[in-house]
Amino acid sequence: MSSTNQADLLPALHRLQEKFGYIPDHAIAELAKAHNMAQAEVVGVIGFYHDFRRTPPGRQRLRICRAESCQAMGADALALHASTQLGVEFGATTADGEVTLEAAYCLGNCACSPAVMLDDELHGRVSAERLDAMLAEGRGV
Amino acid sequence: MTQRIFVPRDASAVSVGAERVCRTIENEARNRGLDVEIVRNGSRGLYWLEPLIEVEIDGQRIAYGPVNPEDVPGLFEAGWLQGGTHALCHGPSEEIPYLKRQTRLIFARMGVTDPLSLEDYRAHGGFKGLERALDMKAEDIVDAIDTGGLRGRGGAGFPTGIKWRTVMNAGGGQKYIVCNADEGDSGTFSDRMLMEGDPFCLIEGMIIAGLAVGADTGYIYLRSEYPDAWDVLEDAIVTATREGILGANVLGSGRGFELNLFKGAGAYVCGEETSLLESIEGKRGLVRAKPPLPALQGLFGQPTVVNNVITLASVPWILAHGGEAYKAHGSGRSRGTLPFQLAGNLKQPGLVEVAFGMTLRELLYDFGGGSASGRPIRAVQVGGPLGAYLPESRFDLPLDYEAFAAVGATVGHGGIVAFDDSVDMAKMARYAMEFCAIESCGKCTPCRIGSVRGVELLDSMLAARPQHSNDDTLLRDLCQTMLEGSLCAMGGMTPYPVLSALDHYPEDFGLSPKQEEAST
Repeated sequence: MSSTNQADLLPALHRLQEKFGYIPDHAIAELAKAHNMAQAEVVGVIGFYHDFRRTPPGRQRLRICRAESCQAMGADALALHASTQLGVEFGATTADGEVTLEAAYCLGNCACSPAVMLDDELHGRVSAERLDAMLAEGRGV
Repeated sequence: MTQRIFVPRDASAVSVGAERVCRTIENEARNRGLDVEIVRNGSRGLYWLEPLIEVEIDGQRIAYGPVNPEDVPGLFEAGWLQGGTHALCHGPSEEIPYLKRQTRLIFARMGVTDPLSLEDYRAHGGFKGLERALDMKAEDIVDAIDTGGLRGRGGAGFPTGIKWRTVMNAGGGQKYIVCNADEGDSGTFSDRMLMEGDPFCLIEGMIIAGLAVGADTGYIYLRSEYPDAWDVLEDAIVTATREGILGANVLGSGRGFELNLFKGAGAYVCGEETSLLESIEGKRGLVRAKPPLPALQGLFGQPTVVNNVITLASVPWILAHGGEAYKAHGSGRSRGTLPFQLAGNLKQPGLVEVAFGMTLRELLYDFGGGSASGRPIRAVQVGGPLGAYLPESRFDLPLDYEAFAAVGATVGHGGIVAFDDSVDMAKMARYAMEFCAIESCGKCTPCRIGSVRGVELLDSMLAARPQHSNDDTLLRDLCQTMLEGSLCAMGGMTPYPVLSALDHYPEDFGLSPKQEEAST
């Protein structure tokens, strides 16, 4: 029944990440055992999917849509603004551990482009000013 | 008498403030001692008017939008509950031209009903298709889909009836219905809207598919970027199970159907059906070589129907009204309706369900209202990131699978993204290659390596212009290799946006315009 066992791996990874914010190294061996897989296979699955991370994220996760519809409405400038304001590249976390900046490739909010997602909260028609306000609010400023 | 006010719960509407508007309306009504009931409906799809609030007066719904929280006191002052005039009023919702000119078959309930109310669903034609299907032989269900001419709405346009018949005839044993809800194409949101705004319709379609092919288990593979759709579907599945629609005894028929919700993990390529199946099986989402077809050896090696959300959501209507009624809409071999999604730089972006055959120009201007920036529309990408860019000379193409294929374009999932004349098409071509490099599953070389080489090539072309004229021989050669040598549409269609950009906008690449005529 190894295939059935392995089929629970993605839900298990989602649960772990929801709890810890990332997949801790010490969980790999347990995951491998529980799902009847080699540790290398588990690491391979984690590495394939953009959602899963192996290091702790910032307190907030800011995803900026970089796909076509948002590009048509100024997402490149918004992305540059976010990166400059936060002082980090995409994929990195601010030095104070507050915000992880990530690119998203479509949030399904294309009729209200440009779109961003702060944690699980979707925002549409986002201007640079609104983005600043959202981040300030998130930091409790 | 309690008066009803409709405030969408749709993620897009909430993303522009519907939740805050809802709370403000509640507070205002309470402070004024007014007896109102707020219904959280789906979105009507008139997104430029969101948050679009509707007030029900004598059974008719009057639309106001876009409503910001600070507009709410003024709306009460203007007597909106009695139909008072206000600058944000658009009159009866159903009479708004954008909505009135549509043919809403599949999206008939969208924005009208409370998505999680079974009572609403039934009152608006829900379960008629399923009730019919329960009295029919499996072959007859497949025949109805065949007659309707329904084709896969995920993008490939493969005839649904043929796929179902293959699974139906695949012999005994466990079979599966898998709904591909990994809507990753930029410019598309109809799957999300349907799941958030009319989830029982998808559930009904999946049960009917199960009856047709002999599958008692279904999976919805939902992308993780759609947390709101996840919540709605989870609730809808609980309700449907409790009410005996899902489970061991579908509507008391003695037939069973169990439905599982499965969360993706941010991989675009998992929208490809075999990659999606690998993902449900807990593996890296590597594309499988075909054959074997998923219809014969799909999920866990068993015969499997993999259909897109809109394909499955079209099924209840076809069963309720008959294949002939569905087939009556459309053009050529593209039958029925498609919920087109207008996005990007448009004044009036939104969901437009119309029959196949309408031109791009009608959608862009009559519905979309032209560009949001007021500048000329220079390029339109149809069918997501793997779709071709079309210049104005192509705007009179009828939206029809074959008409688009004939010019090297694709209707895809019906996403339409408009760009104004500030767009740099060489950069868009580079982006197409970059996106492929980021999202390639890595299994086949043309896609994995070709996309990286494509980015490098375009970088050097971008760096050379405008001082030096470029040569596109190498880039075209690479595109040809990817087109012909890739395992799936990821690498196989990435050349579409690149080549169409080269063909129609050579000047953006530092190429002389002469080459345009030579290549088209």
